[in-house]
Amino acid sequence: MNSENPARNTKVMNRFDLTSRLMAKLKNEEAVIGGIGNTNFDLWAAGHRPQNFYMLGSMGLAFPIALGVALAQPERRVFALEGDGSLLMQLGSLSTIATLKPKNLTMVVMDNGIYQITGAQPTPAAAAADLVAIAVASGLTNSSWAADEDDFERLIEQSMSAAGPALIGVRIDDKPGVGTTRRDPVQIRERFMHGIGVRDPL
Amino acid sequence: MAVAEEKTSPETSEKSWHGILLQTLKRNDIRLVPYVPDRVLTTLIRNLNADPFFTTFPTAREEEAVGIVSGAWMGGVRGAVLMQTSGFATLANVLASLAVPYQIPLIMFVSERGTLGEFNYGQSLVCRTMRPVLDSLAMEHHTITRLDELEFIVDRSIKQAITTQAPVALILSPLLTGGKVFDK
Repeated sequence: MNSENPARNTKVMNRFDLTSRLMAKLKNEEAVIGGIGNTNFDLWAAGHRPQNFYMLGSMGLAFPIALGVALAQPERRVFALEGDGSLLMQLGSLSTIATLKPKNLTMVVMDNGIYQITGAQPTPAAAAADLVAIAVASGLTNSSWAADEDDFERLIEQSMSAAGPALIGVRIDDKPGVGTTRRDPVQIRERFMHGIGVRDPL
Repeated sequence: MAVAEEKTSPETSEKSWHGILLQTLKRNDIRLVPYVPDRVLTTLIRNLNADPFFTTFPTAREEEAVGIVSGAWMGGVRGAVLMQTSGFATLANVLASLAVPYQIPLIMFVSERGTLGEFNYGQSLVCRTMRPVLDSLAMEHHTITRLDELEFIVDRSIKQAITTQAPVALILSPLLTGGKVFDK
């Protein structure tokens, strides 16, 4: 976290730890979309599963891709993990999701206030903006900061039975991702489609 | 849509370009149609909205719409994105990092601004970037100029995109749609 950030009463947590906590809760072949960079590296490191989709580019599109999956499969819970810098590239997508109100979509924003992977430069929002407040103002009224790890787990569980889309903001430290996703886009996509029942393996 | 065409054909006419396009989307089970609007696409968007077969909604950016239909396709629902030329110009990164490498049959309809009577210099310049970007990624694209070729090109291109798992851009020329002119 940038020391110039406004005072917060939320604990600074760790991306890999939170991602692992989320993975431990998934029992129903839920889809998980991991945003570009560290977010999907930690998703990969937390344990690959065929229902995970890893982005290797197109910064900012984790929520839109997850929205597409959620619209296509309304009976399946879809999680999207996105970094704060990535979300800043597609703030408009929050309004689109708020308007469409998919009730099977849970979004997690991993906020460390920096572009960790490019050298830890601060984002333009780090010292000034509150991404959860932006989400609420975009119409995603079920948006909140997780106070600590227990609160994160509680919010994740709550989102699974919510009547509309949920967004959870988490303050995280400046650690890089624990693993590195295998960069094989076709295999990632094909495995994901098998994992969510759209394709049968050859 | 040209003023002349508006006077002679009802909005729901299946013989109009937008009527043929809507029916061809439906016949190919393209259900999800996010868009960033264009004046030329007004009637098509209105008719897609009026038809419960389609889920049609605006997005803030074209890139966002590409992400949505890519996710939907992986989830088993077919989609297409509607945009204008300047919107296509924002897509090079998502085409090169999502649609092409992940082999996603992204179907795009681009209402062509910037040519055949353009009145905005910026539109005419950005239009010139569209085909070089498509060609540089070796993407399939067609410019549709004639009503009698519209159904064939759209139907075959959708089928080819899906079977070859490759994106396609279908450019709707002012020769087909009437375009947008200064006196409207």
